[in-house]
Amino acid sequence: MTYLHYIGTYFLMIVEMFRKPTKWSVMKQLILKDIDDLIIGSLGIVAFISFFVGGVVTIQTALNISNPLIPKYLVGFATRQSVILEFAPTFISIIMAGKVGSFITSSIGTMRVTEQIDALEVMGINSLNYLVFPKFVSLMLYPFVISIAMFLGILGGMAACVYGGFSSLEDYIIGIQTDFIPFHIIYAFIKTVVFAFVLATIPSYHGYYMKGGALEVGKASTTAFVWTAVVIILLNYFLTDMLLS
Amino acid sequence: MIEVKNLHKSFSGVEVLKGISTSFEKGKTNLIIGQSGSGKTVFIKCLLGLFNYEEGSISYDGKIFSKLTEDQKRNLRSEIGMVFQGGALFDSMTIAENVMFPLKMFTKQSKSEMEDRVDFVLKRVNLVDAHNKMPSEASGGMQKRVAIARAIVNNPKYLFCDEPNSGLDPKTSIIIDNLIQEITVEYNITTVINSHDMNSVMEIGEKIVFLKDGLKEWEGSKDTIFKTDNTAVTNFVYSSELMKKVRQMYIEEKQ
Repeated sequence: MTYLHYIGTYFLMIVEMFRKPTKWSVMKQLILKDIDDLIIGSLGIVAFISFFVGGVVTIQTALNISNPLIPKYLVGFATRQSVILEFAPTFISIIMAGKVGSFITSSIGTMRVTEQIDALEVMGINSLNYLVFPKFVSLMLYPFVISIAMFLGILGGMAACVYGGFSSLEDYIIGIQTDFIPFHIIYAFIKTVVFAFVLATIPSYHGYYMKGGALEVGKASTTAFVWTAVVIILLNYFLTDMLLS
Repeated sequence: MIEVKNLHKSFSGVEVLKGISTSFEKGKTNLIIGQSGSGKTVFIKCLLGLFNYEEGSISYDGKIFSKLTEDQKRNLRSEIGMVFQGGALFDSMTIAENVMFPLKMFTKQSKSEMEDRVDFVLKRVNLVDAHNKMPSEASGGMQKRVAIARAIVNNPKYLFCDEPNSGLDPKTSIIIDNLIQEITVEYNITTVINSHDMNSVMEIGEKIVFLKDGLKEWEGSKDTIFKTDNTAVTNFVYSSELMKKVRQMYIEEKQ
């Protein structure tokens, strides 16, 4: 019953988020600030992780191909498929659940603890629209982050492949072009948009409805990360089953 | 004027407010006092509409809050200024931006008009050259004054203050009390203050409501509180030796 109550509250929060919109001149500033905090602020870590994990995927694939009948370009092919289908949309989203999710929960949670949300409500402002909607809108730019992750993952794979001596640059480039299915990119971006919604709303829910003090803000951040990751993994399974099966 | 009739509020089956009826008059500083856990904060949050109550009614100048539509509630709330216990200033904004916030949200004023109004209210609360400071850089007294400035910037009809003196030294407390009283008279607003501070009770308590265990135990003013025989009130207000002496002096003076 408790879980049903939480789920119900979560969906009511989403409905409320779209009601009584905040004045556009104010909302515009909030969205720009959140784009800076959530999207631009995440590019560094996403670029770093993507490049090196792309390299690791390539090395692992190359080292596990011992059969001489398997063509060398398969390394590039496997890297591209891993990065586009799973690594960039899902793995990066889990990392973002930690980075962006805990930021959202702690910032909204601190506002709850210090009565700043009450102050908004007393002024007659829809605090959910004011706080959560800009995060939701700014995270709709998340596919941009994921496309950078895809590019850098494949680039990292290429660097590892060529400089590690696992195959030639030509083989790698042939590999990343082999059997390319454009729908895989669409599939990845559909997942990304869904995950962006989860990344904006679940941490906001845990921050907004938290009770207590500073210690509870920390606990709420941890809980938000766990639930965001769980929901992302479950949705990843269902979306993959629906879109690729 | 704010009128409260038979207000009941429970949390998980535990009744916190047990039928409070009172009224808060316009142009006066109305104080709600009582021990910790007596229901003061719950009462003030019910008045503000932050908590829903099970029974009773609250009316603002004849408008019953629970019967208002969402839009009407929002309009009414834009006429309310609130000073929270901790200030509740927005961390991500400067002091000037905090004060300007209600103007940005509810008026169509130009930027220069808003800046002029912010300058005016910050001067009114004796804060100059603090515009660009962040709330974290301001002292407790400054934060309270910024909170008061933010609460009055939009010319509210009703001003609520939750423990405005908590964490402040006696001198700053007097400054804040006097400021609230001056603003109440100057703007002819209905001010409701939730307080523990006996100095505030004696200085600015034009109407005092004493709560005990979720009930209104006593109602009066700073003058009648000296004469009351209600033991719950006297035990609370005159618990310190200093206050006992103050009362004794008052009685001797009257005799």
